[in-house]
Amino acid sequence: MKFHRRALACALFASAALSLAAPQAMAQNVKVGIIGPFSGPFAHYGSLFKAAAQAYVASQGGKLAGQNVEFIYRDTGGPNPALTKTLVQELLVKDKVDYLGGFVFTPNAMAVAPLIQQSRTPTVIFNAATSAITEKSEYFVRTSYTLWQVTVPAAQWAAKQNMKKVVTAVTDYGPGIDAETAFKSEFTKQGGTVVESIRMPIATTDFGPFVQRIKASGAQAVYTFLPGGPPNLGFVKAYNENGLAKAGVQFLGSAETDEYDLQKFGDAALGLTTVFHYAGAHDSSENRKFVAALKKQDPNAVANYASVGAWDGMYVIHKMIEATGGKKDGAKAMAAARALAWESPRGPVSIDPKTRHITQNVYLRKVEKAGDALVNKELLSFGAQTDFGLEK
Amino acid sequence: MNTLLNILIDGLAYGMVLFVIAVGLSVTLGLMRFVNLSHGAFAMVGGYCAALLTREAQWSFWLAVPAAVLATALLGGLLEALVLRHLYRRKELEQVLFTIGLSFVLIATTNALVGPQVQMIPLPPLLSGSVDLGFRTLPAQRLLVIGAGCAVAALAAWTVSCTRFGIWLRAAVDHSGTASSLGIPIRTVQCASFAAGAALAGLGGILGAELMPLEPYYALKYLVLVLVVVSVGGMGSITGSLLAAVLLGVIETASKYLASEWGSLFFFVAMALLLAWRPNGLLKR
Repeated sequence: MKFHRRALACALFASAALSLAAPQAMAQNVKVGIIGPFSGPFAHYGSLFKAAAQAYVASQGGKLAGQNVEFIYRDTGGPNPALTKTLVQELLVKDKVDYLGGFVFTPNAMAVAPLIQQSRTPTVIFNAATSAITEKSEYFVRTSYTLWQVTVPAAQWAAKQNMKKVVTAVTDYGPGIDAETAFKSEFTKQGGTVVESIRMPIATTDFGPFVQRIKASGAQAVYTFLPGGPPNLGFVKAYNENGLAKAGVQFLGSAETDEYDLQKFGDAALGLTTVFHYAGAHDSSENRKFVAALKKQDPNAVANYASVGAWDGMYVIHKMIEATGGKKDGAKAMAAARALAWESPRGPVSIDPKTRHITQNVYLRKVEKAGDALVNKELLSFGAQTDFGLEK
Repeated sequence: MNTLLNILIDGLAYGMVLFVIAVGLSVTLGLMRFVNLSHGAFAMVGGYCAALLTREAQWSFWLAVPAAVLATALLGGLLEALVLRHLYRRKELEQVLFTIGLSFVLIATTNALVGPQVQMIPLPPLLSGSVDLGFRTLPAQRLLVIGAGCAVAALAAWTVSCTRFGIWLRAAVDHSGTASSLGIPIRTVQCASFAAGAALAGLGGILGAELMPLEPYYALKYLVLVLVVVSVGGMGSITGSLLAAVLLGVIETASKYLASEWGSLFFFVAMALLLAWRPNGLLKR
């Protein structure tokens, strides 16, 4: 009887040891922490990141470079640097993630720079668009865009259209001021004049007065940047309702006609001109593959700058896993990332080895109707553009 | 001269939007003395109903608006009859906590049911264009808001001061014990007034959606603006709310034309000065 009991205890101990050992054997998984807003007014960014990242892994047959990939999602709500720092610290120390991805807001990305620098964790920025971020740590690499990158070609195009007088109207916060400065410096260099620079408070709901000021300024075009969602919709509505297009003031923007908001404008958006790096309607087989994979993963997901940023971000992580054979080696992974050049859904892209920012084509687009839906139709490509904000 | 006219016209239009959104709160908070911080949530419910009815169910705008207002009134009446009536006699803090909680519940519910994205209410062709005023154009929708605002102000002021129901309401709020011993049906009056307040909130949510786009956080985002209008106007005075809304609307618009780099500073400075001058509001009942 006693013997039996001991045998039982042995068996129990052995099985317990086995079950403890099992997760360690499983720990060969490559862990990727995705930081983004998954709740609150910006939750759609989080769901687009998630859909695109998982769609990418699914499109590669469920494994990246032969390794299982485990995603850990963390919700920042909105722009919240303190919370983001805590979440990332937990991911690094407790979950021991190998890579980080995501980041919608500039302050959130800035906040984690010391952490990823110290832990040598390669971090791919899927969205946050202020130039200075990648300077804060050598482990940052960015697959989205910066305002300088899309604004400089926009200013050059406006000058080529023989526009002499342009007014800028931007929301009064970081990226808006980046857009204003970039447009002003490039347009003046090309011989044009920025007749008025309007900064609109971030809490603005009634854009009528600003639009009247734009109209009264006598400019031929307005270059604008607003955060997506309500402000964006409000400004475009005011632009249409106050008859600016009829008065001969051309609309020139960047992310304003983003595919996520576009259908909500209705026919009022027809003819709006923007300069940007990605259109959901980009005509290439890579893009069709991306859109199909995204729809398969999540029928509600939209192909826009956020989802393509995450998709290409996962490509970069894929190649880093390949270079390091699934082991955590930040320096080796970053060396591989710096040398990347590939065909993205947005066109040919590469990582600039110096700034670790994506070099990509920037396009002039116009909103047109394709069937029932509104699309951004690419009219011409300005060719490969780097981040002019970092090269100054 | 042109700028001055622009400021007055845009200011009036913006002020009317503020008034239409705030007038419901002027009824529930001002007249009924119930600290109703879920006002924004009722406005949101009205707006969402109108958006879903016109967009998803393809109803005509003119049919969807009354239906949405009615739906909000029903929701308001139902909540009043089941829950909120128990709060009338509680302290203000408890009313604040409960109604803020109610707002959070409604935010989460709309987020779960409809999603976090902005909802647009498609306007009929009559309203989607703009009207030429000779020297400038004004969106046709703003004319509707100005008209509706005037109508609501006149109707509400008349109901409160000249009808039997208005007398009952004032009696029920001021001396509920005496009123009920005089045979005034207090419960019905309270329930109907709250439902009317919710209905007005819903109307405001629909008509104001052009300037204050509908999304789940609508319920809290514009609450401050609405509270400012009601407190500057004077508790319980609908004319006061109208005056405050137009005045603050013109000030806000003027600062956008002349000094936009200061943000909403002048709006809140004006609020502080007006409240320092008349702590009980411009026109207190």
